[in-house]
Amino acid sequence: MTDKWNGQWAIEADGLVKAFGDKRAVDGVNLQVRAGTIYGVLGPNGAGKTTTIRMLATLLRPDAGTVRVFGHDAAKEPHVVRQLIGVTGQYASVDESLSAIENLLIFSRLLGLGRAEARRKASELLEEFGLMEAAKRPLKNFSGGMRRRLDLAASLIAQPPLIFLDEPTTGLDPRTRTQMWETIRRLVKTGSTVLLTTQYLDEADQLADRIAVIDHGRVVAEGTVDELKASVGMSSLHLRVQNPLQSEKARQIIERVLKVEASLSAEAGKFTAPMADADRVADLLIAIREEGIRLAELSVQKPTLDEVFLATTGHGVAANAQQSSEQTNESNESKVSKEAIG
Amino acid sequence: MKHAAIHSGSGRALKKYASFGQSVRNSLTMAYRGLLKLKRTPEQLFDVTIQPIIFTLMFTYIFGGAISGNVLDYLPVIIPGILVQTVITSSVVTGVQLREDMDKGVFDRFKSLPIARIAPLAGALLADTIRYTIATVLTFTMGYIMGYRPEGGLEHVALAALLVIACSWAISWIFAFFGVIARTASSVQGISMLILFPLTFVSNAFVPVETMPNWLNWFASINPVSHLVNAVRELANTGTIGADFAISLIGAAVIVAIFAPLTVKAYMRKT
Repeated sequence: MTDKWNGQWAIEADGLVKAFGDKRAVDGVNLQVRAGTIYGVLGPNGAGKTTTIRMLATLLRPDAGTVRVFGHDAAKEPHVVRQLIGVTGQYASVDESLSAIENLLIFSRLLGLGRAEARRKASELLEEFGLMEAAKRPLKNFSGGMRRRLDLAASLIAQPPLIFLDEPTTGLDPRTRTQMWETIRRLVKTGSTVLLTTQYLDEADQLADRIAVIDHGRVVAEGTVDELKASVGMSSLHLRVQNPLQSEKARQIIERVLKVEASLSAEAGKFTAPMADADRVADLLIAIREEGIRLAELSVQKPTLDEVFLATTGHGVAANAQQSSEQTNESNESKVSKEAIG
Repeated sequence: MKHAAIHSGSGRALKKYASFGQSVRNSLTMAYRGLLKLKRTPEQLFDVTIQPIIFTLMFTYIFGGAISGNVLDYLPVIIPGILVQTVITSSVVTGVQLREDMDKGVFDRFKSLPIARIAPLAGALLADTIRYTIATVLTFTMGYIMGYRPEGGLEHVALAALLVIACSWAISWIFAFFGVIARTASSVQGISMLILFPLTFVSNAFVPVETMPNWLNWFASINPVSHLVNAVRELANTGTIGADFAISLIGAAVIVAIFAPLTVKAYMRKT
């Protein structure tokens, strides 16, 4: 499928607006998602992510703007668009009063599968998502992770070319989250396009080919992960000397060689300095060795999405994350590639 | 420009609208879902099992002597009346449950699926006919136990039962409409009861309308519930199909013709 739709837009959203009363939840969102990619919509709680996804998925009528899914206008041909999408909502959109297999059977039948075919498809999906043992139990006894997996399984019955995932890992424990990520990556390998929303920087970093940062109903930044990171500036050099007593001397050398101001961190003997020119680092290391200073640690850190967020929205994610008290996530200190040199 | 590529390339035949056949199939699947839910939560059938038993006993013994002189003579009057009242009352639950159901996440999925828009509504209403059937059977059974022997015979009683079930299904579209437009399930209950009480009590269901003051008498005789009760009495007690039978069916058809499109429209606007 990837080849067939290569280079085609899976989603083209133009000037989407949705107001609830006085509040403009979505205020002029433009999005373009290429087929066969994972697109991340990143933003804090209440930024308008869910409202946007609901408009893209024909669940909500936009006040203004247009949505096209594989070229089909969502307002004019909603029935066609619905044949091309799968939606997994933020709150599991499965039937609580039924069992897992009954849920999948009913959705399969609704999608036009025959009785035998529906049965086969349901057990195939239950197998794939590791829900076979729990197939006949009522969903009331399902854990959050199991519910999410069932929800995603239900979205895949018709093998839709475009899948919407609204905060697919919110509230999941780290292990289940990693499993969910693998599932999402596998989906894209089989040719699907995925649009996911998340409030977690590392999730967007891990999964998405392109990211739109959304805040107060507007797209405030858009691009590949690397582009976004580059937009906030240069990488930084982290150094730690073995003997904290030599800190002051080391700092002077850094400032002399790199011609930048180095900041001493709270941790003893550790420096951070902006690294404009990687070539200079060699000079710095030689100078440090000549002065007889021994290094304990050396690393280069690229800018994090956290910084992108701060730079584009003017406020950090942490402040927003606190509002969502029920979410247990430690991901805000995004683990972005630390590459050791030499 | 690339539409053609999708049609042919992906092997997906994209349909612009749900066909009539698909609408029927989708509705039946949704009705199956309703039945599965009833199987899982049988306490939902409380009202249609307990109410016919309690009400039939209660009303028959309270009013029997006063209205018809004795209980046995009152039975042919009260059983069709209480039947209609019970079954119509239980159709309110359809609206309430629809409201509760629509607030759940699963309705988001129904909305995002390429299925007929009417299916989630029609399916729920169809599944609820099982409730009306239970209430009908229990009411006639209670009557039989108390000594009611309908002279129309079993086949006319069965026809009367079908008529009541069909009309209640039609009326449940009104409550489904409230279910879709109301904000909470309890407000659906409130509005519905407000309509239901005058409609079922200001009728010939329990008492002869002749004793009512003129204006009330006038309302009771044009009340559709009275016509339905009359139709059931004629069928069960004398085995005749009269004008009231036709009026009831026409009334039911009119209700569906008005409220089914209204409800679907309101439901789609909510999305």
